[in-house]
Amino acid sequence: MNLLTLIRKNLTRNKLRLTLNCFAIFIAFMLFGSLGAIKNAFESGVEVAAADRLMVVNKINFTQSLPLAYVNKIRSIEGVKHASWANWFGGYYQEPRNQLMTFAVDPESYFLVYDDLTIPEQELSNWLKDRQGILIGERIATARGWKVGDRIPVSSNIFSQENGSSTWEFNISGIFRPKNPQTDTSYTLIHYKYFMETQIWGGDWIGWVPLNTEDPALNEQVIKAIDSMFANSAAETETATEAQFSKAFIEQVGDIGFIIMSVVLSAFFTILLIVGNSMWQSIRERTNEIAVLKTIGFTAHKVFSMILAESFLLAFTGGLLGLLAAWALVIAIAPLTQSFLPALVMGKSVFFAGVVYILVLGFITGILPAWQAMKLNTIDALNRR
Amino acid sequence: MSNNNLFELKNIAKRFTKGKETITIFDNLCMDITSEHFIAIMGPSGSGKTTLLNMLGGVDRPTSGDIIYEGKAIQSLSENALASWRAANIGFIFQFYNLMPMLTAAQNVELPLLLKKLSRSERKKKIDAALTLVGLADRAKHKPDELSGGQQQRVAIARAIVSDPKLLLCDEPTGDLDRTTATEVLQTLQLLNQEFGKTVVMVTHDPAAAEFANLQLHLDKGEFIEQHKSESAA
Ligand SMILES: Nc1ncnc2c1ncn2[C@@H]1O[C@H](COP(=O)(O)OP(=O)(O)OP(=O)(O)O)[C@@H](O)[C@H]1O
Ligand SMILES: [Mg+2]
Repeated sequence: MNLLTLIRKNLTRNKLRLTLNCFAIFIAFMLFGSLGAIKNAFESGVEVAAADRLMVVNKINFTQSLPLAYVNKIRSIEGVKHASWANWFGGYYQEPRNQLMTFAVDPESYFLVYDDLTIPEQELSNWLKDRQGILIGERIATARGWKVGDRIPVSSNIFSQENGSSTWEFNISGIFRPKNPQTDTSYTLIHYKYFMETQIWGGDWIGWVPLNTEDPALNEQVIKAIDSMFANSAAETETATEAQFSKAFIEQVGDIGFIIMSVVLSAFFTILLIVGNSMWQSIRERTNEIAVLKTIGFTAHKVFSMILAESFLLAFTGGLLGLLAAWALVIAIAPLTQSFLPALVMGKSVFFAGVVYILVLGFITGILPAWQAMKLNTIDALNRR
Repeated sequence: MSNNNLFELKNIAKRFTKGKETITIFDNLCMDITSEHFIAIMGPSGSGKTTLLNMLGGVDRPTSGDIIYEGKAIQSLSENALASWRAANIGFIFQFYNLMPMLTAAQNVELPLLLKKLSRSERKKKIDAALTLVGLADRAKHKPDELSGGQQQRVAIARAIVSDPKLLLCDEPTGDLDRTTATEVLQTLQLLNQEFGKTVVMVTHDPAAAEFANLQLHLDKGEFIEQHKSESAA
């Protein structure tokens, strides 16, 4: 037997209490890990956003359209390198629950602005030639097993064609890939022109204008220039960096981060109370034994460290199991959330944050009992019988 | 004679203050403890027997006076120094054995050895020797709740002697035992005193138990009022 064995035996002496405590910690850290991964997935757009990319949307909100003519005006502004345009298609594959995020874009300029994506030369030129061509992101190709040359039906839950159908047939012309593996590619691109000509709402409107600047340092200046150019017009604009735009998009969904952190924090405080109280109680029950250890010659510091170590051991047992379960859970649900949360993985940052919380938990739940035990007066304790 | 003293208590005063009230347990207590003696301390409840043992064991300090162990005053040592001093020199035995319920007999005996730098085999040797001495070698793997009261107390004795201290301090070691088992425990203490040269200071209410000692002291109102050498011993 060594000190660690003694600490472990102290921890495991009351199996029911240990199980309940471990379970509470386990649940809290499983929540922390999985919700943390979800939060990160929501926010990953912000992290990988290109620094020099701006988005121009309608000031009312981003679902309102803009006139196509804006694109050329924006291109003429100093500091703008390339500008393109895009429209929401709102796609799904066969059934509405199989979301297939699809944008109708300008094929000539799209990849100039999205220069963090790559596509083989041959596939790009095939797409440019085929009006019914569709480009799919690497993530989609992997998830669905689609290959270049496949013909797929894509339905819109917003638009329809003259014949009443809301399903378009497309030929897969190519697959685009990200330069940074974290960049999301779980969407598809179709020809804006073909889309406009076949849907029945008509008009020369667009959803938004993505552009990049000559240099990120010019962002502020370009944003001001664009928004003042269209001020007091029928469609005022709101320009923001891609990072801000992703964030604004998340905030529209609801402040997911805030909700998630509230859940995690309340879980954390609950286990802090449960485990702290139970540690406190378990040390009180052991008052006599602690007094005996001290008479045997265990120093106050040693007793203090042993009890603190016990609460760390408890926190780590439950906490690491919880994080492990979260990791497995995230892997299990990732395929199901592919369409709306493509970047769902439990990364290192969540894991290490979890470990920090485990340390905090172990410290807070152990420090008072350990202090109490350290200060315990041997005589009083032994006379208490 | 004084060369042979393990402990010398000089002019010990001990007072407890509770609010405005001060209780004086000892005012001016003097006492010598001769090496390799077996001393029984008797006296009415509340006379300060436990308090005296605690001061001897360095878990309590006198209000004034000196406690001199092998020529060195211990009452002014730091808590940590006292703890190491206890680990090296003192074995405690309590009325309610105070064994850890989740540890086996052998593991309970091993506790004091966790403070020493010993190899696993050295520890095992010492544990075996201590358990054999108290006659419980065959119960090493048993947990306290699988042992009788007398056996638990003998495990506690093994725990007290495993690191080979000079002095055993026993606070009513047989207070919770019936006559037969009490006798076994007392015989063990006597053996430790006579064969292994341990100095034993034992507090007891039981005159029959005190007979096992070679010196009986009666404590009352803070003073030793009577000394009595047993015939059974020395
Ligand atoms: N920590 C303390 N604070 C205040 N008073 C104390 C404290 N410890 C002991 N006393 C008092 O000191 C006196 C002596 O107590 P002690 O425990 O030494 O008696 P004892 O002789 O061992 O009695 P018993 O035979 O009942 O065990 C008692 O009156 C007790 O109430
Ligand atoms: Mg007493």
